[in-house]
Amino acid sequence: MNWIAIWVTFKLASLTAASLLIIGLPIAYWLAYSTWRWKFVVESIVALPLVLPPTVLGFYILVAIGPHSPVGRFYTDLVGHPLPFTFEGLLLASILYSLPFAVQPFATAFEQVDRRLIEASWTLGLSKVKTFFKLILPLSMAGLITGAVLSFAHTLGEFGVVLMVGGNIEGVTRTVSIDIYDEVQALNYAGAAKTAAFLLVISYLVLLLVYAMNRKVWAVWPQK
Amino acid sequence: MAAEIIVDVTKTFPGRTSIRASFRYPVESSTVLILFGPSGSGKTTILRSVAGLEWPEEGTIQFVSRTWLDTASRITVPPQDRHIGYMAQDYALFPNYSVAGNIAYGLGDLTPAGRTARVQEMVELFHLTGLEDARPRELSGGQQQRVALARAVAPRPQLLLLDEPLSALDAPTRAQLRGELRGLLKQLSLPSIIVTHDWAEALTLGDVMAVMHEGTILQVGTPQEVFSRPANADVARVVGVETVVQGTLVDVREGLATVRVGDMSLTAVAAGNISSDVFVCIRAEDVTLEPIGAGLTSARNHLQGTVGAVASLGALARVTIDCGFPLVAVITRSALTELGLTIGTAVRASFKAGSVHLIPRR
Repeated sequence: MNWIAIWVTFKLASLTAASLLIIGLPIAYWLAYSTWRWKFVVESIVALPLVLPPTVLGFYILVAIGPHSPVGRFYTDLVGHPLPFTFEGLLLASILYSLPFAVQPFATAFEQVDRRLIEASWTLGLSKVKTFFKLILPLSMAGLITGAVLSFAHTLGEFGVVLMVGGNIEGVTRTVSIDIYDEVQALNYAGAAKTAAFLLVISYLVLLLVYAMNRKVWAVWPQK
Repeated sequence: MAAEIIVDVTKTFPGRTSIRASFRYPVESSTVLILFGPSGSGKTTILRSVAGLEWPEEGTIQFVSRTWLDTASRITVPPQDRHIGYMAQDYALFPNYSVAGNIAYGLGDLTPAGRTARVQEMVELFHLTGLEDARPRELSGGQQQRVALARAVAPRPQLLLLDEPLSALDAPTRAQLRGELRGLLKQLSLPSIIVTHDWAEALTLGDVMAVMHEGTILQVGTPQEVFSRPANADVARVVGVETVVQGTLVDVREGLATVRVGDMSLTAVAAGNISSDVFVCIRAEDVTLEPIGAGLTSARNHLQGTVGAVASLGALARVTIDCGFPLVAVITRSALTELGLTIGTAVRASFKAGSVHLIPRR
């Protein structure tokens, strides 16, 4: 088994989930409470990675952060090397790819907090920000954990985006799914089988945790 | 400027009667204003607008010297800055906090010691000792109501707003808590606005009462005034009770209470422990009229009097009989003709003991 690939994969998945916990909260809050009439436009964009082929998403990310784009040039000037085919580039791509897996459970959890509780908090003098941290966040804990665990699990198994943006650099961007693909290409079925079984067990355990904890809601698709 | 609440707002909801309400009344330390009306009359919307949870399209809301809403000059004060205590109909207790946590929730500005002291004070005032660590779902309806009230009152608001404070409770608890709530409101000496559709609540709790119907305020006055002298037929229909007189309980025997009203003696069904000073309430539909000399029916109360006034309500007529106190009956127009009732006619009014409602008078 390729332990280096497993290490890279877990590092990527953990950092993706952690980043989405930070980035996803304000987006989900806005999606849950905004009354803007064009909100659905943003909702659709957030959900796009659910239906888009990973290679398409990977392609656009690659172009967007490549040395010919303003973003890519800015990054290169800042750090000294281009973003594609680095771990940071891969992390960015993973965050975008797993965005709906975090944001949708978060938003569903926020929406399920009784409006009257929020109003009670306001009349007791708590600002919207304080109400969020003292009331909405604690009441949404199951949704937050679901979103974090799902984005973690989703990143574990990502392939197309990694191949497009990360390439296949041992110890840097070669994840478990790429490793399995390489093994099969090399006709090393025994090696592939071991890693595949490992990934299967881990993914199943993660989902087991989500379902056990959150029996009422399967939160990837908001139930309305 | 006198201490006053001024509300003059317009709020429309798509597909519903728009609300155009306007009233002002002086606020004293413990004035209780009742917003009374059937469901859908707009009373909750008015209360929520005062709380800052609903934004009327047009109008002004002023409390004492502060303007909370003035659409013309674009003043909108958010609920956080109004220093109000608001209690929703279903109490909206925070399920993730204990009783003490709920009460302490709005006390973030106090020091930890000050907060603990205030929570303790509230726990004692609202008889919640021993329940400090309980979660809201472990409490009975009456306990939840007291926690919600304690939470609203703890930050020392300048105005208390209660939306149907007792309607989520079962009838016996409601009757018991009505009296308790009255005592608490007086003890807190805090102006309050209470929304209700229950006339017993209005009479027990209110100092001033505004009757709402289809989005407008029809009458403002003391509850007794409004109930016994409705300004027009709409108010009479909305409030439903037209005879409200002061009486004294003289005797309770075998479940029946004897009440003196002036020189008359009435029999009522005794319900719960009641003080000796009472309001005697009789719904106009419960009173039947017969010619004098007709055989007595099984009703417990028979009063002789003369017709003082007759007013038409379409197919019905509203007859006021002077029988020591003004007693209002609503009968059909055909009955009116059959009985030949005109002003000055002698008539006998009958009603059952169960139709006489006794409300404690403070």
